Amino acid sequence: MRILIVDDEKDIQTLFEQRFRKEIKNNELELAFAYSGEEALKYLDEKEQNAILILSDINMPGMSGLDLLSNIKQKYHRPPPLVMMITAYGDEENYNTAMKLGADDFLTKPLDFNQLKEKIKNISHD
Amino acid sequence: MEQNLQNIIEILQNHSGLSDDEKAKLMAYLKEADKKITIVEFKLDRTEKVKRTTAILLEETIEELEQKRKAIEETNAALKKSLEELKAAQAQLIQSEKMASLGELTAGIAHEIQNPLNFVNNFSEVSYEMIDEMWEEIEKEDLEEAKALANDIKSNLEKILHHGKRADTIVKGMLQHSRSSAGVKEPTDINALADEYLRLAYHGLRAKDKSFNAELKTDFDNSIGIIHIIPQDIGRVILNLITNAFYVVDEKKNSGIENYEPTVSVSTKKEGNKIIITVKDNGNGIPQKVLDKIFQPFFTTKPTGQGTGLGLSLSYDIVKAHGGELKVETEQGKGSVFVIQIPIKFN
Repeated sequence: MRILIVDDEKDIQTLFEQRFRKEIKNNELELAFAYSGEEALKYLDEKEQNAILILSDINMPGMSGLDLLSNIKQKYHRPPPLVMMITAYGDEENYNTAMKLGADDFLTKPLDFNQLKEKIKNISHD
Repeated sequence: MEQNLQNIIEILQNHSGLSDDEKAKLMAYLKEADKKITIVEFKLDRTEKVKRTTAILLEETIEELEQKRKAIEETNAALKKSLEELKAAQAQLIQSEKMASLGELTAGIAHEIQNPLNFVNNFSEVSYEMIDEMWEEIEKEDLEEAKALANDIKSNLEKILHHGKRADTIVKGMLQHSRSSAGVKEPTDINALADEYLRLAYHGLRAKDKSFNAELKTDFDNSIGIIHIIPQDIGRVILNLITNAFYVVDEKKNSGIENYEPTVSVSTKKEGNKIIITVKDNGNGIPQKVLDKIFQPFFTTKPTGQGTGLGLSLSYDIVKAHGGELKVETEQGKGSVFVIQIPIKFN
């Protein structure tokens, strides 16, 4: 299962790689990273949508996570990748907008990785 | 006739050595003298009366002046009180303007703190697990693996420290922003200050208005180094200019112009013994009739409730207090550049 993580914070890569080090080692998960919405779209175009799950930050310079979400949900239909939004500013409006645009889940920073792992487990078992 | 002259006449008339003609002449002189004395006496009397009247008038005038002086004194005291009240009101306005702009920043601050916290929490938790794993490797005598884990843990600790400091800077900046200015110049990295406020303003606006977007450009002169300014004051000026710039590019974008890319640029530059900070937008520019008023207190083009009209006026005062100048260049339809010039002593 491949997960694409989109965040403008560079350290997010080290964090995810360490948090999922066992899963990566056991070839249960593959992680890819993009540091902007634009980069994420480019990745999805080039790799022909091979990420099943996309975790995206909302607040990024340039294309926001919400723009990216709406782009992905409009462009990729069968089957669209799951998109979970991650934000440092989890207000109701952000949540509602994300849900309206078709987000599959909504997480807030600081991220609870145990919770995230549970969610991922549920996806791969479905 | 005056008594002394009367006496002279008597002596004259009894004097035998003078002819009648001579006596008559002398009499005529005496009469003339008497007439003059009478006139002098009359004049003297009149002067006396005038003097008395004048004295009375003078007294009245003095009294009147005294009353006026008292009235002025009272007016002065009233004015002084009004001035004090005005100063207090102004201080309150400055504070509320400060708090208003702090409100604008809250969402940005939340964002800027949660991001480093995410790393602090998660890197500490993962490091804790990795230490257990390291021990397992040591037990298994796989020292290579144990060393690799130790290195990772070490670099995690560095990251924790880095992000902890990052959060610390944000909170300190926020406190500084809300605190009444102590007016103390401190050694300041102007580039870091400008960058911090740019990020805060941007994320704050993005959190409030999901549709807001703009390209941020920065061009910082790294040769500036540390300068002595009142950081919270200059920070407020920069914040104010950036917030305004975001406002105008968003306004232009919402007016539906095609192929418009909202862009806000912040730059710093050292020029001789001055530093120049510019905040540039590609909005609609400022019309001439507005341009004349933008630095006036309470002047705003924003809808009621959205602007205090104090931002630019306070900014102007702050830059002035630093011995500098705040200027604006604008072009209709193209945008505006606000230029802060501050003379500085280096080191």
